[in-house]
Amino acid sequence: MELLYDERIDGDIADVDKSALMAAILAVAPQLTVLDREEDLRPFECDGLSAYRVVPMLVAMPTTLAEVEALVRVCYEHHVPVVTRGAGTGLSGGALPLEKGVLLVMSRFNKILSVDADARIARVQPGVRNLAISEAAAPFGLYYAPDPSSQIACSIGGNVAENAGGVHCLKYGLTVHNVLSVEIVTIEGERMTLGGESLDTPGYDLLALFMGSEGMLGVITEVTVRLLPKPEVAKVLMACFDDVELAARAVGDIIAAGCIPGGLEMMDNLAIRAAEDFVHAGYPVEAQAILLCELDGVEVDVQADCERVRELLNAAGATKIQLARDDAERQLFWAGRKAAFPAVGRMSPDYYCIDGTIPRRELPRVLKGINELSAHYGLRVANVFHAGDGNLHPLILFDANQPGELETTEAFGGKILELCVEAGGTITGEHGVGREKLNQMCTQFADDEITLFHAVKSAFDERRLLNPGKNIPTLARCAEFGAMHVHHGELPHPELPRF
Amino acid sequence: MTHLQDQRPEYTSADEPGPDALAGNDDSEALCEQVARAQAERATLRIVGGDTKAFYGRQVDAAQSLSTTGHHGIVHYDPVELVATVRAGTRLRDLERVLADNGQRLAFEPPHFGDNATVGGMVAAGLSGPRRPWVGAVRDFVLGVRVITAEGKLLRFGGEVMKNVAGYDLSRLMVGAQGTLGVLTEISFKVLPLPQARACLRFELPLAEALDRLTAWGREPLPITGAAHDGQTLHLRLEGGEGSVTATRQRLGGEAEEPLFWEQLREQRLPFFADALETSATLWRLSLPALARMPALEGDWLVDWAGAQRWLKGSEGRGVEGDPQADAHIHEAAIAVGGHATRFTPDASGASPFTPLAPVLAKYHRQLKNRLDPQSIFNPGRLYAEW
Repeated sequence: MELLYDERIDGDIADVDKSALMAAILAVAPQLTVLDREEDLRPFECDGLSAYRVVPMLVAMPTTLAEVEALVRVCYEHHVPVVTRGAGTGLSGGALPLEKGVLLVMSRFNKILSVDADARIARVQPGVRNLAISEAAAPFGLYYAPDPSSQIACSIGGNVAENAGGVHCLKYGLTVHNVLSVEIVTIEGERMTLGGESLDTPGYDLLALFMGSEGMLGVITEVTVRLLPKPEVAKVLMACFDDVELAARAVGDIIAAGCIPGGLEMMDNLAIRAAEDFVHAGYPVEAQAILLCELDGVEVDVQADCERVRELLNAAGATKIQLARDDAERQLFWAGRKAAFPAVGRMSPDYYCIDGTIPRRELPRVLKGINELSAHYGLRVANVFHAGDGNLHPLILFDANQPGELETTEAFGGKILELCVEAGGTITGEHGVGREKLNQMCTQFADDEITLFHAVKSAFDERRLLNPGKNIPTLARCAEFGAMHVHHGELPHPELPRF
Repeated sequence: MTHLQDQRPEYTSADEPGPDALAGNDDSEALCEQVARAQAERATLRIVGGDTKAFYGRQVDAAQSLSTTGHHGIVHYDPVELVATVRAGTRLRDLERVLADNGQRLAFEPPHFGDNATVGGMVAAGLSGPRRPWVGAVRDFVLGVRVITAEGKLLRFGGEVMKNVAGYDLSRLMVGAQGTLGVLTEISFKVLPLPQARACLRFELPLAEALDRLTAWGREPLPITGAAHDGQTLHLRLEGGEGSVTATRQRLGGEAEEPLFWEQLREQRLPFFADALETSATLWRLSLPALARMPALEGDWLVDWAGAQRWLKGSEGRGVEGDPQADAHIHEAAIAVGGHATRFTPDASGASPFTPLAPVLAKYHRQLKNRLDPQSIFNPGRLYAEW
């Protein structure tokens, strides 16, 4: 596959004898679990983006900080790349192994170290699952706000590495807004603390820099998160539309009215039917689009907001508006949305998820563009959006067993991302660049900007050993990608509006 | 209780930003040229906006100054998108006024410290106001920046969208870096609607009791957006929906007070701060875990951010000379309770007002500065003497 590590364009990796490396690691960390047999390595060959698979040279599964330090020091000394992996739920191949690299699996760092209800913080190891933090905080009436759809499985270390979002970002922010500090082990085996329990720290905001840095700057060994008091009440309105564009406009109307919903999600007809068929959430299968609008806070405010939003939705042309009767129905409405990906998965042998983000006002135009591309490539698309923050998740339906269909899908996905960039948006809102979107980085950023990214990387990892070949493309790769475009001559569908 | 969304701020004609202020002027080419020349000549630059926060950090001894004030104007503001993109030299008050006219605001409530404060200087300083613990800091609302690199190139990071994880987050890295990593020329902010209602309250309570109450209240979803104690009185601000503000006010009690308190606190115009200036006392900012015990330091305290930001007015009359040993004592006391301290009063000693970094952190700060500004032309020594 074209995006797998290519030494010619992504840089050389040293040849190291596997058993000698294993011996060197075990010499300094005798208790460390190191897997080296093909059948043990195989389960780690991919993360949530299963289209890309590489069996790593070794897998290390430390349980102590000393083991992490010892491991990275050996790798540093031997010039061996280290790819850090959490729960492996990432959707951009950020934890895709390297065949000449060590996969550092942090899943055994799975302890909640403390929950301080008065200070409203939790100190956890990076392998702790996102939802487990909220569960541990629940007895105190507190929770951890960012809730990626994979929250039952994904780990907080991975959330930090990807700056994970979720359905409540518009109001409660991303991971970057909800983490107070992280403990880091550098590639040279030093420990450092970024951020702290105070609300700021002296010097540069390295905590923000490390958020979403995809394991390229250091290894996360501990995370301190901020907890929030649970809202007194949450209500969900479901609004149906017979036109996707009307639904998209309604999103802007709600926000323009000064209302910041806890969540504001949109699904198109194909996604609605898939989710309804799977979860029986009570979605109207004939609707062209539905909006789910969650309003949370204090009871009196939420009542007033519900009325306000209901009027706005009516005025925006909703054909039907339904308020979840009780918490059970609210959960059911959300269950359909959160299960949208697997639900679409039941309609098609494979699907490919895109993560572009655009200014909200561009929603109608970009949707139209996606539909036209869909017709051009002959592949169906189900659209699921975090509409409130303009984060699109078009799911391209395809069959990897049909020769060439994966390649067509990738080309289609690439075009959607380029469309997002042209609309003033970005190629990834919350899934990360990983291995998957390297080429599109060349579309979003100019060479000088990519050069500056490399400068930042070299300040923390001069030898380029942490997760090489992810997140930031080399200029050689961008030249190759640009050349490929020129080589093919014209854009695939010149009559399409380009914006 | 004030109804904010129906209320448009009143301005005198003197406050009117001229049409120029909004349409603005793009001076980025000249700024890039000056940086490129400085780089070629190995000349250092002191980056200046309104020069209202010169006191905050070490004094920069540079060959030239680079002024951003000619590069001003609101490039793009769409209230529906909750995003405003602004040139660095725009006056902060002009931006805030335009936002207020549209029923919105910078939720992090940045201090101005002078009429001429610019948006770029505000972001570079990275200081947030009394609302910070509840809504977030400057960096939490920065979506993207344009920045001039040491080579004089104008680059763009982040953008105008709410979620963006493409590449490293250089936008947020620039916040609080005080221009030492590049010249900010344009910043995109997430802005928020004004709340429907506000109430400002005061309670006569000793500090310890006030902090205990704040801890208990903090565990409930109350619409608190300000909590400060001046030695005698707990000042509390509520902002949110009308229903919740009314209900919370009824439940908590207290006496109503003017909202002006919060502006005076933000701008350091309360008597506590004015006295420090008059008597040349040293003013310190201690940023601590909200529940940290009070460090055993001599002086008067004003506690903000529900305990997470504490102002210390030290012994009178030694502000100008500087006393590195006394400074070190305060830094250590802050570190001992899990935080750090910043001297807000400049002195002649040349010592950094900021708490020294741990050795490993200092190493990576140096390396980062070195990679982004190898000849150290941008605000050399502004944060720490070594870089």
